[in-house]
Amino acid sequence: MANTKIADISADKFRPLPDTEKKQNEIVRPSITYWQDVWFRLKQNKRATLGLYIIIFLLLLAVFGPLLSPYSYSDQFLDKQGLGPSKEFWFGTDTLGRDIFVRVLYGARISLAVGFLASVINLTIGVLYGGISGYFGGRVDNIMMRIVDMFYSIPLILYVILLMVILGPGLKSIFIALGCIYWVEMARIVRGQVLSLKEQEFVLAARALGADTKRILLRHLIPNCMGPIIITVTMNIPKAIFTEAFLSFIGLGVSAPMASWGMLASEAMPAIRSYPHILFFPAMAISITMLAFNFLGDGLRDALDPRLRK
Amino acid sequence: MMTNTEVLLQLKNLKKYFEFNKGLFGQNKTVLKAVDDVSLEIKKGETLGLVGESGCGKSTLGRTIIKLYDVTGGKIIYDGEDITGLNDREMLPYRKKLQMIFQDPYASLNSRMTVGDIIGEPLDIHGIASGSERKEIIHDLLNKVGLTSEHANRYPHEFSGGQRQRIGIARALAVKPDFIVCDEPISALDVSIQAQVVNLLEDLQEEMGLTYLFIAHDLSMVRHISDRVGVMYLGRLVELAASDELYDKPLHPYTKALLSAVPIPDPKLAGQKKRIILKGDVPSPINPPSGCRFRTRCRFAEEICREAVPEFKEAEPGRFAACHLVDKIN
Repeated sequence: MANTKIADISADKFRPLPDTEKKQNEIVRPSITYWQDVWFRLKQNKRATLGLYIIIFLLLLAVFGPLLSPYSYSDQFLDKQGLGPSKEFWFGTDTLGRDIFVRVLYGARISLAVGFLASVINLTIGVLYGGISGYFGGRVDNIMMRIVDMFYSIPLILYVILLMVILGPGLKSIFIALGCIYWVEMARIVRGQVLSLKEQEFVLAARALGADTKRILLRHLIPNCMGPIIITVTMNIPKAIFTEAFLSFIGLGVSAPMASWGMLASEAMPAIRSYPHILFFPAMAISITMLAFNFLGDGLRDALDPRLRK
Repeated sequence: MMTNTEVLLQLKNLKKYFEFNKGLFGQNKTVLKAVDDVSLEIKKGETLGLVGESGCGKSTLGRTIIKLYDVTGGKIIYDGEDITGLNDREMLPYRKKLQMIFQDPYASLNSRMTVGDIIGEPLDIHGIASGSERKEIIHDLLNKVGLTSEHANRYPHEFSGGQRQRIGIARALAVKPDFIVCDEPISALDVSIQAQVVNLLEDLQEEMGLTYLFIAHDLSMVRHISDRVGVMYLGRLVELAASDELYDKPLHPYTKALLSAVPIPDPKLAGQKKRIILKGDVPSPINPPSGCRFRTRCRFAEEICREAVPEFKEAEPGRFAACHLVDKIN
């Protein structure tokens, strides 16, 4: 057998391949994109799906909830102060006779607006700042990151108090203060990703084809950091919501009669012994939102990690 | 030998140094001479092989030629035009003529883009085609490299290494280049696939009249595909000759040692072969030896090798070598 040369094999021993064999080389499996795969793995994770449902439910409640209730957030029923939960007032009333259910729903609007703002700031300023810093590297990177360090080193409360001196207390100051610093963490994460990605050959290939910086950043580098970006956003939203609640709690947030969760909790504090339910409902809303976002963030981190792929 | 002698690309004393700053304020500069004083000519339609061990500057040379790196010194002359000092915008028309195929088929394709978009990207950048015309060109290119048009909607992770390398080739061909730097296009593939890809490259060369700079460390593959072969050592070109001549009778002591390492498939012949084992390791390119860079490992080294850098000169007609003792040892 070892000595058989190819020329020795007679031609009639060869037969054309039957059509069934050819078919085996065709692609049968439907094409699954990366995001379809992520979605599939996210759905497998029960906690993450629960978190996702709660967030959707909260969004719907925040938008449409106040329409369902006959009361407004500022309506006072002076004869019905400090009532417990009942058919008339689902979450009871506070010490000024206002319906807590409606006030929690309005609080949800503010909290979710803060969360939305944080994610927009993250996705625009944070991603672009980090991307540019990482891609150019060298001196540009050094200067841009030192600016980030400066922002990072000043405590948030200082920003808020200083802004309040100028703008007066209210949601605007909180929004501006959050906008000033909430992109910092994202910028650092994207920069780190871009630093390692920009040495990859597909970036060199794009440059060899003549792609400009904008194209390389937006089409090649940032889409490849999408995993960490999404995780950071879902982790930063609850942080921002909690920060707003905390600032409102210590009296630096929205002013009465508007309601935010932090402020509701703060108002309930003096009467905590006699009317604990006034504190319970806003506190529950904050906790459930935190948990839902953190569950979703954890689930997304697992789903986006290709090493956990089965 | 090639009958066509028109020079397409000429390198004149090309240098690429990388600088590292050490110390807090960058006061200590160290220079890594990755490509040092390389001069060569590539003729239209030929394949110039470039071999050398890892870290000798082959890939850096390839990337510097298509200006992915800034040139430290010397000149790159493409088709009579000096392209060394061009900025990104001025370079754009040349990006259509000079292309590159990369080493790692897994890292060289953006995993977030479909194959169609990867191949279509050069068409978008240069405004070559859009809409249905773009689609048609992409399908033609896929067919040309042995894939089918159905593959256009798929993502790179759905392909094998060989198929990915074909996608990389299709992307390089999309701009209809004249000159392609093949940066170890086959070293990440297994042997049976290597042959397929090399045959594809040869067919495309014949069909489209391409000129290749073929960088590799597989010596027998380089012999097969190249018309001429250059050998690099520590950032310098040490020998350049027609491939058969170089393989039959290497002139430079480094080439001799390198070629003696090529395995021979016949065990009887392999037994008779004498291998030249070099002493020591490759010196660091940050602090290369004085004079001839190979002298620390050369069997024949003499005093002159320490004192003077050997000139890269024509040792025999059509054959270049950089060695003081080239006449003495051959």
